[in-house]
Amino acid sequence: MLPGQSGRRPVLCSAKTLFLQAFIVVGIALSMTAQNPLVSDPNAAKAGEYEFRINCALCHGLGARGGGRGPDLTRAQKKHAQNDAEMFQVISSGIPGTAMPANGTNGQGVGMTDEEIWQIITYIRSQEVKSLAPTSGNATHGKELFFGDGNCSLCHMVSGKGGRLGPDLTVIAGSRTREAIIDSIRNPSRRLAWGLTESTKEFAQEYESVTAVTADGEEIKGVTLNEDSFSVQIMDSSDHIHLLEKDKLKSFKKTRTSAMPKYSADLLSDKDVDDILAFLSGVGTK
Amino acid sequence: MTPTQTRETIVNLRARREHPPRSQRNYRRRLFLLLLFTFLGRYSPAQVTFQRLVNSSKEPQNWMTYSGSYSGQRFSKLEEINTGNARNMVAKWVYQTAATGKFETTPLVVDGILYATGPDNRAFALDARTGRPIWMYQRQLPGDIRPCCGRVNRGLAILGDKVFLGTLDGHVIALDAKTGAVVWDVIAADYRTGHSFTVAPLAVKNLIVIGVSGGEYGVRGFIDAYDADTGERKWRFYTVPGPGEPGHDTWEGDSWKVGGAPAWNTGTYDPSTNQIFWPTGNPSPSNRGEGRAGDNLYSNSLLALNADTGKLTWYFQFTKHDEHDWDATQVPVLIDSAGKKLIAQADRNGFFYTLDRTTGKLLSATPYAKTTWTDSKDADGRPVANKNASPTLEGHTVCPGALGATNFMAPTYDPQSGLFYVTARDQCDIFSTAPQPYEPGHAFYGSAYFPSEEAEPYLGFLKAIDPGTGDVKMKFQHTSPTWSGVLSTAGGLVFSGDAEGNFIAFDASSLKHLWHFQMGGAVYAAPIAFAVDGKEYVAIAAGSAIYTFGLP
Repeated sequence: MLPGQSGRRPVLCSAKTLFLQAFIVVGIALSMTAQNPLVSDPNAAKAGEYEFRINCALCHGLGARGGGRGPDLTRAQKKHAQNDAEMFQVISSGIPGTAMPANGTNGQGVGMTDEEIWQIITYIRSQEVKSLAPTSGNATHGKELFFGDGNCSLCHMVSGKGGRLGPDLTVIAGSRTREAIIDSIRNPSRRLAWGLTESTKEFAQEYESVTAVTADGEEIKGVTLNEDSFSVQIMDSSDHIHLLEKDKLKSFKKTRTSAMPKYSADLLSDKDVDDILAFLSGVGTK
Repeated sequence: MTPTQTRETIVNLRARREHPPRSQRNYRRRLFLLLLFTFLGRYSPAQVTFQRLVNSSKEPQNWMTYSGSYSGQRFSKLEEINTGNARNMVAKWVYQTAATGKFETTPLVVDGILYATGPDNRAFALDARTGRPIWMYQRQLPGDIRPCCGRVNRGLAILGDKVFLGTLDGHVIALDAKTGAVVWDVIAADYRTGHSFTVAPLAVKNLIVIGVSGGEYGVRGFIDAYDADTGERKWRFYTVPGPGEPGHDTWEGDSWKVGGAPAWNTGTYDPSTNQIFWPTGNPSPSNRGEGRAGDNLYSNSLLALNADTGKLTWYFQFTKHDEHDWDATQVPVLIDSAGKKLIAQADRNGFFYTLDRTTGKLLSATPYAKTTWTDSKDADGRPVANKNASPTLEGHTVCPGALGATNFMAPTYDPQSGLFYVTARDQCDIFSTAPQPYEPGHAFYGSAYFPSEEAEPYLGFLKAIDPGTGDVKMKFQHTSPTWSGVLSTAGGLVFSGDAEGNFIAFDASSLKHLWHFQMGGAVYAAPIAFAVDGKEYVAIAAGSAIYTFGLP
């Protein structure tokens, strides 16, 4: 959920509540009649599972638990949709500014009928873990670590504060599983993002580590912001953006080793990681 | 005849009136010839006859079929732009369609007018020298059309004074080439059961040949031929044989009824034997072989059809009983080499096939991209799938991936370098099955695929292949896989585009980059070359626009 939005019940709202919210949440002008006609129907959930495999699992993973690219959808709280009607809207129209395409436009699969979309929503609901993952950590301490000794904020931003070299983590707790986040802290290179398909390519910042040596011998280290066959856009550890033409470089080396250091238990204990997760969960859901 | 010549003839006639010829008969003959030439002079530029299509190499200023010629070579004899000056190329004009979605068209150019299609069944004619529109057409499509892979279209056919378009709602239509007005409109198939057209039709004799899309919906595929004047259907070849027809027994039970084998890419034609060569796509459901035991003819095959009757002369099936969605819908390219009449196809399954096009006999099958699905060949030399290559419920990794080693992107054969250039990718995916009942108009994959988490990032290439052996002679690695087709020209150049939006000129002899232009949108189309007033242009669709380049 975006900062500034009020938390709302993630389960199906009554028509009356929706009516009130329609006044409160200006801009989410969804049809109040768009109720899931298949709600809690086990057959629909089963049909939805297959539809999900075909249309969604490519990014959101088997069982909707999140792949390397798309958010884990087993969380009851979704960043872009608070109820079935909004989920329908998101699946139908996509999410601007993200790799989530509108139904039928990702260029790979078949567009879904309304019924099939409702089946998928029913399936996702059936897979949801209704309560948030237990947050045993101390969010206050997690915040101190994030912006202090943990050095996370040197490269990562949360709510507009922090560095730019790594991904913005404001909403990460809402879009990745707890296990995936821990994995990324302990072993950052294991699941480096990569651009999956051409249709999502324009959003495919891959965080590959790059070392370029210019004609006059200057060495530039950083991560790629973008790249094609002839030019590369690099951000270095001081957040400087370097715009380079490849044929004018002395050398250009790219690796899929993350620029992020491995945070072993010596650097960050399990308890510390828990605290940071508690902080990130708090930011992402309040 | 040019308008100027016509005027001269009129002047001559006036002179003759003043000095009457000896015989009235002679005069009448001259008058007849005059009227004939006047008629030709006024109308011949718009009339694209079958003979012009057969002899397209004699007018390299024009690009009159999807692949530039019946051979499918996508080779232009133009050489004004060449290895010596390609680095000087500049953008000449850009035409914005205002459409969203993938832009896959190959434009046609005839006598200074460029005809093309856009997403959502747009069609338009432009002044090929300036990009200024002459007419625009857009079909009003039903809200519930079900195109599998975007609201795309790959181009028009032109014959006589009409251009021909297959639509996403299953119609074939003829438009007046001068105005864009609909001349005829026929329903070929029901879009509500997942039939659609995305292919550029092929004009042969007086027929408009077109293949259906819908392998994701369990259609029964077909190739149709329509009378160019009236729209009357002259023949239909079902790519899945019905009861009593040869090949029907390659389908289990009633599976043939929803067997797929669509025909969604443009074939080629050999005028010397009157054979149409048309490739077909995957059997349905694409990734689940259970329930359709057998070879599943004529899915993933190359068909040689008599152009007049649509009767099958021979077929060659690239992938038997396919379970990986490896449509064989790549352009089959006719190559004459050392007295042999060959047909070559870089298949989606990762092998490059060369056949004798008079018999359909396989001559060679050689991998040109990463493949793991086969370790053996049958008696004909055809690679045969390993038993363990089939998708499983849990899923397992197979290469090529679901998008294939190549796809619909048009290749080129350059008779000067003797090489076949094709866009290729190394990609592996996890293939898994999902039982899925057939429901009319619903997706019918029976499967899913995922990128393997351990997999390398997908790699994209432009590869140059010796069609005699199938060996990859050279390659250029793109930053990421591209969907761009390839063009070769007599200027010693190969042109292609990339997913990052670059249009690139290569030296055909080395695949060395000579020039590029950033177009600002990914390429899903194939380039063409044409000339107006003796000046060469190269054009390609990218993003939502058509870009045209030339020398300053």
